[in-house]
Amino acid sequence: MPRVLFTPQLRRFVDAPEHADAQATTLRALLDSAFLVAPMLRGYVLDDQGHVRPNVVIFIDGRRCTDRVRLADALAPDSTVHVLQALSGG
Amino acid sequence: MSTSAADRAWVCTRKGLFEMRHGSTTGWRIARSHFLGEPVSAVLPPLGGGGRMFAALNLGHFGAKLQVSDDAGGTWRELPAPAYPEQPPGAEGAPWKLVQIWTLESACDASRLWLGTLPGGLFASLDHGETWQLDRSLWDRPERTQWMGGGNEAPGLHSICPHPSRPDELLIGVSCGGAWRRSKAGSGADADAVWALRARGMRADFMPPELAEDENSQDPHRIQRCAAEPDVLWCQHHCGIFRSVDNGARWQPVDAQPSSFGFAVAAHPQRGDTAWFVPAVKDERRLPVDGALCVTRTQDGGAHFEALREGLPQQDCHDLVYRHGLDVAASDPRRLLMGSTTGHLWASGDGGESWRLVAGHLPPIYGLRFG
Repeated sequence: MPRVLFTPQLRRFVDAPEHADAQATTLRALLDSAFLVAPMLRGYVLDDQGHVRPNVVIFIDGRRCTDRVRLADALAPDSTVHVLQALSGG
Repeated sequence: MSTSAADRAWVCTRKGLFEMRHGSTTGWRIARSHFLGEPVSAVLPPLGGGGRMFAALNLGHFGAKLQVSDDAGGTWRELPAPAYPEQPPGAEGAPWKLVQIWTLESACDASRLWLGTLPGGLFASLDHGETWQLDRSLWDRPERTQWMGGGNEAPGLHSICPHPSRPDELLIGVSCGGAWRRSKAGSGADADAVWALRARGMRADFMPPELAEDENSQDPHRIQRCAAEPDVLWCQHHCGIFRSVDNGARWQPVDAQPSSFGFAVAAHPQRGDTAWFVPAVKDERRLPVDGALCVTRTQDGGAHFEALREGLPQQDCHDLVYRHGLDVAASDPRRLLMGSTTGHLWASGDGGESWRLVAGHLPPIYGLRFG
């Protein structure tokens, strides 16, 4: 089943699982299942309108997610999703 | 032993929240640090001798967050941050997304807490900060869709001035969206709150001439109220300094030298004729005039200003004090603190006559408060 992995950077701030698996056919459904287990995690990945935050990047099977508003990207039964942050500093 | 509100202060910086303590023999020192490494955008110190306090973080990638402590900073826990409701299709104005928590205040009777944000929304909490609701009576005003960003992409609600004896009443400042007064008729629900623009007399020279006096287009940088004379308000505006003696119904410009431009203002808690400002070169450079930092003070309602320089750098100084970077202790107005974008923190114990550098290597300072 599809799996989502969250950047370790998130665990500095919030109780986030290393990964979560769910029977999901879209990115939003997979993330929603992870947020059920860790409700505070949602606000770190998505904004008030449920869109991917500007400096969060999501990869699905090595391809960058482009639908940052609806999160309707399709998942394969064995998809791997990475939720990462853009690099910055100073 | 409880800490006097004048002996403790909280400094919000680019890389953490620093707790300052004042001792009779040690002076001001850094007592503790909180959220080290993380940008802290606002703080609400413990109220009335209690231990409950709030800190707002701006985690950049991961958004604005809200932390609460019930033991004056000993331990912290995260609260769900205020969230904007679902944005209707085609809604005008700034996106309905929380960008930053910029200010936190309490009603005079502690019946509710208030929180100001970028993109300009006001949130209220009736359960001591556990949950927050967007004030729709302000957010749904048609004038809001005309607000612009002032120094940020989105409009920002930076000043909340609760009335000291009327808990439902506020005066707020928005960059760029003017000043507004909240009031209520009778004892009805919050939905019956009434908002009215209170920026008459301010002037926005940066706007087209026909809008220069438009109340909704004004850019107050910071507004502060005199607690003992609540009809007196001071405004550091993008285009100068303004003062009101009628609860914001009208504002009069006052002129300060070496400059009336700046971001911060502190209002004397007992004397309506006294306030402090930190001048800078207007408008693009925003640096101390002639590289010499000073604090200007009026003690006669703005008729005259003194430039107070003792203890402040007078050469090659590039410090800028942001709008929340100056505070006066409510219980002892001889005490002021001032923090800059270069991480310098100064303290005065004589009403601003003289200053002492108490910390010179902090991260850039966004704001500070006694309490």
